[in-house]
Amino acid sequence: MMTAILRRKMTNGLMMLAMLAATVTVLVPLGLIFFYILKMGFSSINLDLFTQIPKPPGEVGGGMANGIIGSGLLIGVASLIGLPLGIFGAVYLSEYGTSRISTMIRFSADVLSGVPSIITGMVVYGLVVVPMKGFSALAGSLALALIMIPIVLRTTEEQLKMVPMTLREASLALGVPLWRTTLKVTLKSALKGIVTGVLLAVARVAGETAPLLFTALGNMFWSHKLNEPIAALPLQIFNFAISPYDDWHRLAWGGALVLVTLMFSLSLLARWFGRAR
Amino acid sequence: MIFLPPRWNIKRGLNGDFVFKGMTVLFAFSILGILLLMTVAMYRQSLPSLAKTGWSFITAKEWDPVEGNFGALPYIHGSLLSSLLSLALATPLSIATALFITEVTNRRLGSMIAALVELLAAIPSVIYGLWGILVMAPWLQRTVEPFLNDHFGSLPFFSGAPYGVSMLAAVLILMIMIVPIITSITKEVLLAVPDSQREAAIALGATRWEMIRMAVLPYGRSGILGAVILGLGRAIGETMAVTMVIGNTPKISWSLLDPGYTMPSVIANEFAEASSDLHAAALMEIGLILLVITLVINIMARLLLWSVTRTAGGKA
Amino acid sequence: MSEVTMDAKITLEQLNVHFGTNHAVKDVTMTMATNSVSAIIGPSGCGKSTVLRSINRMHDLTPSARVSGAILLDGENIYCKECDPVTMRRRVGMVFQKPNPFPAMSIYDNVVAGYKLNGRARRSEMDGIVEQSLQRVSLWDEVKDRLHVNAMQLSGGQQQRLCIARTIAVCPEVILMDEPCSALDPISTLKVEELIDELKEKYTIVIVTHNMQQAARVSDTTAFFYLGELIEMGDTKKIFTNPEKKQTEDYITGRFG
Repeated sequence: MMTAILRRKMTNGLMMLAMLAATVTVLVPLGLIFFYILKMGFSSINLDLFTQIPKPPGEVGGGMANGIIGSGLLIGVASLIGLPLGIFGAVYLSEYGTSRISTMIRFSADVLSGVPSIITGMVVYGLVVVPMKGFSALAGSLALALIMIPIVLRTTEEQLKMVPMTLREASLALGVPLWRTTLKVTLKSALKGIVTGVLLAVARVAGETAPLLFTALGNMFWSHKLNEPIAALPLQIFNFAISPYDDWHRLAWGGALVLVTLMFSLSLLARWFGRAR
Repeated sequence: MIFLPPRWNIKRGLNGDFVFKGMTVLFAFSILGILLLMTVAMYRQSLPSLAKTGWSFITAKEWDPVEGNFGALPYIHGSLLSSLLSLALATPLSIATALFITEVTNRRLGSMIAALVELLAAIPSVIYGLWGILVMAPWLQRTVEPFLNDHFGSLPFFSGAPYGVSMLAAVLILMIMIVPIITSITKEVLLAVPDSQREAAIALGATRWEMIRMAVLPYGRSGILGAVILGLGRAIGETMAVTMVIGNTPKISWSLLDPGYTMPSVIANEFAEASSDLHAAALMEIGLILLVITLVINIMARLLLWSVTRTAGGKA
Repeated sequence: MSEVTMDAKITLEQLNVHFGTNHAVKDVTMTMATNSVSAIIGPSGCGKSTVLRSINRMHDLTPSARVSGAILLDGENIYCKECDPVTMRRRVGMVFQKPNPFPAMSIYDNVVAGYKLNGRARRSEMDGIVEQSLQRVSLWDEVKDRLHVNAMQLSGGQQQRLCIARTIAVCPEVILMDEPCSALDPISTLKVEELIDELKEKYTIVIVTHNMQQAARVSDTTAFFYLGELIEMGDTKKIFTNPEKKQTEDYITGRFG
């Protein structure tokens, strides 16, 4: 009896230790990756990174300004397409939809968010790039929008569901039509939560690379036209990282630091919005 | 005026309502539309390749765009090998970490670790790739791979010269990337296990580990399975990081030290510069296979997860 | 009273339980006799469940809970430093408010779940234990043909009896019951009450209930709690017919709540 207890306690202790070890193992790469991004990033970053466009291969210097601006443009246009779709789609799910149809759409959104983003890029290539006879910023934005929609839809719906029914009833009882109630009362009271979801979705697509490969394509020069290939920060990081040039590696680290900083500011902002409720 | 829930929709005679509702209907159904459109578009664009090579596409080993030979087996092999191996490594790590967060530490430390794990999940794939190709792969080439080759070189899995960029690098980077996903979903599943289950085990005289084994894990098993399958879906579809570290060599090898190639990687590398229409269609067909695989995987995973977290009132 | 203290199974000495800043149980000292049924009654939030759960150290699971004072089981303090809660809990089993069988297990596996913890058991040995335990809770005849179906297929009342069977399968000395019938229908309640009456021949039973009739029906002694304090404890008949304290009388006669 005594030995059985001892054995069980030892198993227990070993398992607790194993779980601790696993947790440490999981967190070590995180520490390493951050260490390198900070170390390499800070030593690479300078004003040129934000003001210059890349130099031709092999030459020292240059920056990623066109990529940073390009990413901004891509995300902006993607938001213009994706946010209304996601948000008002969510309004349907929470305010109008019958439960079976809503469940079906919700499920599709979850499945859609699991589709590899490179597939999204291929689909947009077939639907936009081929007919338009060329890679373009618009195609890139569309690909990013397709990735945003399911995320925004699901988070917005969660927020709308939390708005108490009594609030809607109060507005309807005043004779306000349903659509105005939805806009002015329901959406408005869920606004902070929706903004949180939107920021997280933006942070997610800001780092997306694969869907841009054959839509936005990338560009070594300045471009702001929607119908032309455009540079994007993640694309530049990719191209520079796989190049054989040390100075481009340097730029890639600098770009990584910029990208990570941007993403974490967005998610911090999102958290702050989530808290402020 | 009596309030009626919106779906009764008594005639309020207002066009605003009609228009607004119509818009939301359109937007909501666009989700279904997108999913359908994706499948149809991928299918239609792979038709030339489907017609030309048929089933032999997935069994042929030769991939030569110049000669017009398109066999996808090396990519399917690489995708399955890299994702299944990384899943095998990531699953125990993730479940153990999720258990540590929910069952072992106190709430404060637990939520701190959970936040760090979420942080790990938010890092873009291209940054994992950057770190993988410039830091991890050289390290593997210098230390890990020679060591494996010296000591286990007689095994087919560790034979060959150390390149750094290799299947091993892909497996490791994938593991690092899917651990946070599996961990955070498993954590949600474990939080949905009612305390009455834990109490039942503890009251029977179970130790903490016995409680986990007897009450917590069995209760959450289908949800955890869902989390793991979702991780598999992510691993199979992962593009940038793998492309950057796997070496991109379409050769079927079982050695982890050899470079390999995956389905998303070949698409990423060749699609924008496809040499012929057939080449593009063949890449589209690889994409179609990838899409079908990930759709099946995601549908399975979501069904499993929904069955757990919806009844328990949580979300995943 | 002296007779009761002589074969005391459980003694609470100046037990205090805090949850964070909330002082839930205040300076409780009481005794439960061997092979008796003690009922703990009182209005909601009076600390009766908290007292019960401290008898097998269930509060160890709650990080914010702090227990001070002593609980003696056969004269030994279960809260002493060297004392091991895992071994102790095998002697002090517990049945909960809501039936909580393990949903991933069969009826059979549920019964032996606790028993199997102490090493490999032979099949024949376990078969015997399953039959015995289920017999004892009079569930055997209802389930003997489907021992290997999932436990969730049983009705609520059957599930609760299964949980009791699971508890007695590890041969405890004490069984704690935390409102074991509150989730059950009247017929199942009756069955469980009959069961308690049979079980007290072998076990010391402590039952928390908000149902005064139930306390009167099943218990030998009754303790009345109010706002975390033990107001009065004594022979059940006496408590219900002639309580000493006014608060007890008011509660029993339904004059406050």
